[in-house]
Amino acid sequence: MPTKDAQPARLAVRKTYKLFIGGAFPRSESGRSYVVSDAKGNFVANAAQASRKDARDAVLAARGAVAKWSGATAYNRGQILYRIAEMLEGRRDQFIAELRTFGLSAAAAVSEVDASIDRWVWYAGWSDKIAQVVGGANPVAGPFFNLSAPEATGVVAIVAPAEPALLGLVGVVAPAIVTGNTVVVVASPDRPLPAITLAEVLATSDLPGGVVNLLTGSPAEIAPWLASHADVNALDLTGVTDHGLAKELEVAAADTLKRVVRPAAVDWSADPGIARMTAFLETKTVWHPKSFEGAKGSAY
Amino acid sequence: MTVATTPSAATLAEVTRSNAALRAFLHGLPGVDKVGADARAATLGTRSIKTTAKALAIDLAISMVDLTTLEGADTPGKVRGLANKALRPDPLDPTCPPTAAVCVYPSMVAEVARVVKGSPVKIASVATAFPAGQASLKVKLDDVRDAVRAGADEVDMVINRGAFLSGRYLEVFEEIVAVKDACGDARLKVIMETGELVTYDNVRRASWLSMLAGGDFIKTSTGKVQPAATPPVTLIMLEAVRDFLAVTGRKVGVKPAGGIKTSKDAIKYLVLVNETVGDGWLDPHWFRFGASSVLNDLLMQRSKMKTGHYSGPDYVTLD
Repeated sequence: MPTKDAQPARLAVRKTYKLFIGGAFPRSESGRSYVVSDAKGNFVANAAQASRKDARDAVLAARGAVAKWSGATAYNRGQILYRIAEMLEGRRDQFIAELRTFGLSAAAAVSEVDASIDRWVWYAGWSDKIAQVVGGANPVAGPFFNLSAPEATGVVAIVAPAEPALLGLVGVVAPAIVTGNTVVVVASPDRPLPAITLAEVLATSDLPGGVVNLLTGSPAEIAPWLASHADVNALDLTGVTDHGLAKELEVAAADTLKRVVRPAAVDWSADPGIARMTAFLETKTVWHPKSFEGAKGSAY
Repeated sequence: MTVATTPSAATLAEVTRSNAALRAFLHGLPGVDKVGADARAATLGTRSIKTTAKALAIDLAISMVDLTTLEGADTPGKVRGLANKALRPDPLDPTCPPTAAVCVYPSMVAEVARVVKGSPVKIASVATAFPAGQASLKVKLDDVRDAVRAGADEVDMVINRGAFLSGRYLEVFEEIVAVKDACGDARLKVIMETGELVTYDNVRRASWLSMLAGGDFIKTSTGKVQPAATPPVTLIMLEAVRDFLAVTGRKVGVKPAGGIKTSKDAIKYLVLVNETVGDGWLDPHWFRFGASSVLNDLLMQRSKMKTGHYSGPDYVTLD
């Protein structure tokens, strides 16, 4: 009778962690990768180290996705964000395990994953309400209506915070995309695994390719190219901890008049408010005649 | 991949005497090794062109663009805008070269002439019932004369693909000869519409046929049919003009058109030219790109090289 030991040992299938650009998972154009270690300094995985050309490709993908995503109905965008929450829920255990790899206790990991899922749902609900909060009919002294409506800014480049690895990432990506922006996110270099797994969630949530593009690697290397890129409309520096780099990025962004969210300490577990959504909205104001003039024989 | 049995200039004069002779000649051209041509074009496409070489290539490519608009919705205003863009592709940078030509329908030639007259930018006009070419010879010739009278320096004709594919080579030949005659001083570009020729062998045959008939340029496509220009097809055409020059002493230009969208594509074609026919063709007089959107990408790349940061479509014109 064969013993348990006689069973051939199965070779584990190691996962290749790649970038997420335009809905696909390419390796870095540069062919580089770097070692990701756990909290104790042991090898966990190799992650792709994105180059400036990956950043360029990501911006191209994000630009290509703007028209469709910002043109989708608010209802549709909300449904897709809710779908992301559903998919995330299905992979709850995987995210908890990944967060624990980076030193979180079981309880802390569970609460962060749950908060992240809830955060998607919270922002999903905002998709068709934000216009009513920040837009509206303006009182004017004239025979016309004057209406303000928020519009997406376009392509937003984000440096995601390192801590908390998942909730912080969700906390910067969700408010940017819910209003119709598309994003290029540079994930935390030390803890990229939850970010890449989140990309797998996004890829299976009916989110159009290119709406979220995720790069892993060195923010100090990639972010300056994004900050100076003329086809990026806004820059979120929430995850930048180096003051010198933050200043350099702000200066570069000023050349092309980008909206910039400066680095600041954020309590990610608190109610996020709508500031992150409004940071990447532009207000379009239009007027419209009050009455139908056609009956009187005008050009209408 | 040179012509195995090199025809002499004397034999070439003989081959156009009858359809049978022409057919025998064209079908006697060595067959194209499809796998070889594809592999050669793909290999040359992997060359890395960087820094100063890239800057030179971008400026050369800009100066080779036949800035084209061939839409039913073309208006005089749009055409004038395009002609102005051809003169000064980057209005903020006087060192940016003008494009080679503006390519429009015959009805728009006079409009272009008003803008580019006295400049090095040439006026190219499609003619001969472009893009299908399905009209009588009389109508086609009138179309050509019309364009030339309006001021076209170059005429882009389409060959009769129906006749070519059914083997009536002499008919195609005579039509090109007649159009060339109607062109007068204007240079004639012969569009073979390689996307409809089915095989690479046919591309080689059509190239020789067009050159024998007096075409000053051989051009891949109208841009209205997919696939348009591809690197292997352009490679085969470049080999044909090289061999034709060796046999007859007459130099013919090449113009890939359609489907060239990025600077990278354009630079790949320049590598193809340099490696196949040498730098004698790296000149707007002998090599052109039929394109419109590639110019914006070239300008964005040019700006990237000058400023050190990536540019975007908000900084170039919408055509």
